[in-house]
Amino acid sequence: MDLSNLLSNYEEGVAMLLFGIGFSNLLLHKNLIKKIIGMNIMDTSTYLFLALKGYIVGRKAPIVTDGITSASAYVNPIPSGLVLTGIVVSVSVTALMLSLTIRLYRRYHTLDLDEISTLLKKEGK
Amino acid sequence: MAFVQNFPFISIVLSLFSGPLSSVLGGKKAKWVNLAVITLIGAMSAAVLAFVLGTGEPYVYRMGHFPAPWGNEIRVGVLEAGMALFFCVVMLLCMLGGERERALELPEGKQNLYYVMVNLLLCSLLALIYTNDLFTAYVFVEINTISACGLIMIRQNGRTIEAATRYMIMSLLGSGLLLLGICFLYDLTGHLLMSNIKEQVGLLYAAGAYRVPLLVALGLMSVGLAIKSALFPFHAWLPDAYGYSTLSSAAILSSLVSKGYIFLLVKIFFRVVGFEVVRESGVLNILFVFGLAGMIMGSVSAIQEKNVRRMVAYSSVAQIGYIYMGFGLGSLSGVVASVFHVLTHAATKSLLFISASGLTDSSGDSKQIADLTGAGFRNRLAGLAFTVGSLSMVGIPAFSGFVSKLLFAQAAVEGSFVKMLPALLVLAVSTVLNALYFMKTVITLYTPARGERFSGRGFCRIGLWEQPAKTWAMLCLIVLNLILGLTSEPIIELIRDGLAMFE
Repeated sequence: MDLSNLLSNYEEGVAMLLFGIGFSNLLLHKNLIKKIIGMNIMDTSTYLFLALKGYIVGRKAPIVTDGITSASAYVNPIPSGLVLTGIVVSVSVTALMLSLTIRLYRRYHTLDLDEISTLLKKEGK
Repeated sequence: MAFVQNFPFISIVLSLFSGPLSSVLGGKKAKWVNLAVITLIGAMSAAVLAFVLGTGEPYVYRMGHFPAPWGNEIRVGVLEAGMALFFCVVMLLCMLGGERERALELPEGKQNLYYVMVNLLLCSLLALIYTNDLFTAYVFVEINTISACGLIMIRQNGRTIEAATRYMIMSLLGSGLLLLGICFLYDLTGHLLMSNIKEQVGLLYAAGAYRVPLLVALGLMSVGLAIKSALFPFHAWLPDAYGYSTLSSAAILSSLVSKGYIFLLVKIFFRVVGFEVVRESGVLNILFVFGLAGMIMGSVSAIQEKNVRRMVAYSSVAQIGYIYMGFGLGSLSGVVASVFHVLTHAATKSLLFISASGLTDSSGDSKQIADLTGAGFRNRLAGLAFTVGSLSMVGIPAFSGFVSKLLFAQAAVEGSFVKMLPALLVLAVSTVLNALYFMKTVITLYTPARGERFSGRGFCRIGLWEQPAKTWAMLCLIVLNLILGLTSEPIIELIRDGLAMFE
């Protein structure tokens, strides 16, 4: 194992670590709000990864300034575009999840998904 | 450029804009808009299919006429156009079949919202079928998820909201993995268009560079889409979502939504990564194992189930297992079998859901299988339809299920010996298990309901034309099943051509 690659790309390593944390939160936590937090961590870590991959040291944001038109002066704008699209998606998904959570809480007065399942079984419908 | 070539784009945009339009219309008008849109898109897809069959080669449609590495593209081959046509037909029949239930079960004044969701769902399915851009595919995967969630929860009771929440959680896990996989691939290749990515992946693979990241990207995308299409261990949300949502939702979800993801996965295998690379990566072996497990476990759960809707839902888990087992065989014939099974399952499962609802209607709205005793005599067409669906799922000749099982078996025999034995064995066991629960139900349907036990249950006869929309839907789906079963040769040929065009 060559760890020098990992050290020189430690930012990406952090992004992956965050992805793992978010993923396991979303999968394993019982509490719905914590699940949603996990989902947001997961999505954000992907955006961090994309932003890191799009950044090139010493270059500027891709907005033409001082009349420099050479492409080599700027970073790649596409990852930023992808991040923006992804943020829109994750905002709408978060809103939907929160609204579902509110509905469940009003009905069952708990945020614990397993408890809701037991209550449903008791209802027996 | 022929005018027909614009149709894929027009059909995506048409279904996209009919969504918001339905939100300002009343329930009745929205319904007609929805039916008209689905029919029109079906007709356009048929025209596109005829066009592509005529020219014999796929074509690329540039959005806004920006050239390849920058612009967004739609790509149309035989398989894409055929799938779009098939999805439209099945969706139309599902909407027809569930018309009465929607009127009864959906809250007053919210009927039009249902059609918003259906239109958006159709839009996202078409986009998943046609798009040539990986990130566009991701965005439409999310639209698909959100509208499917709406379809589950629009009938408000505790079960559906809980099922919708579980569905969203699983789907979000899946799309998180998919997005990460796409980011990895973009990072490695610098492209988002499928054809460009494939070119670069080929070069990287030939040079032996970045093998591990490539494998990770492929694994993330496959597992993500497998989670989203409810492959075996990730199916916890499925029985509640299919069992308690309104009828057309259950039929559409089981027959179309998961199939959209599977079709995207086929595209990723063939158009993004290249099937050779996929085969050598070993990702398929994982799908193979989970597919086999799903084939058995889905059927076992279905046998234990006493609620007919949930039983049919669990059978979906087994059928998804078949599809992934076909991918896992790692040969072209395996994929052909899987794609054919996508058609089979869509045509059969929607038939089963619709006919099961016809049977429960005649049995005092009880969904327990024991209460369906004699329902085949009370609602003759629904009984016949359920029998046809069951026979097809078990794999009796003349029905579509037989052809797909035959194709799976042939593909298994052609493949490596290591996979042949477990595949054939599990195929046989799963068929027996299928027969156990489906035939048990069919026998119950045709056992005369006599004696004390059945008095006062609200049993009633339902004539052939009492629910005309449902009757038409069932008749058409039976015919569709027979077409798939009896004239399978040209359809298989079409799938082969389509997959060849993917290259």
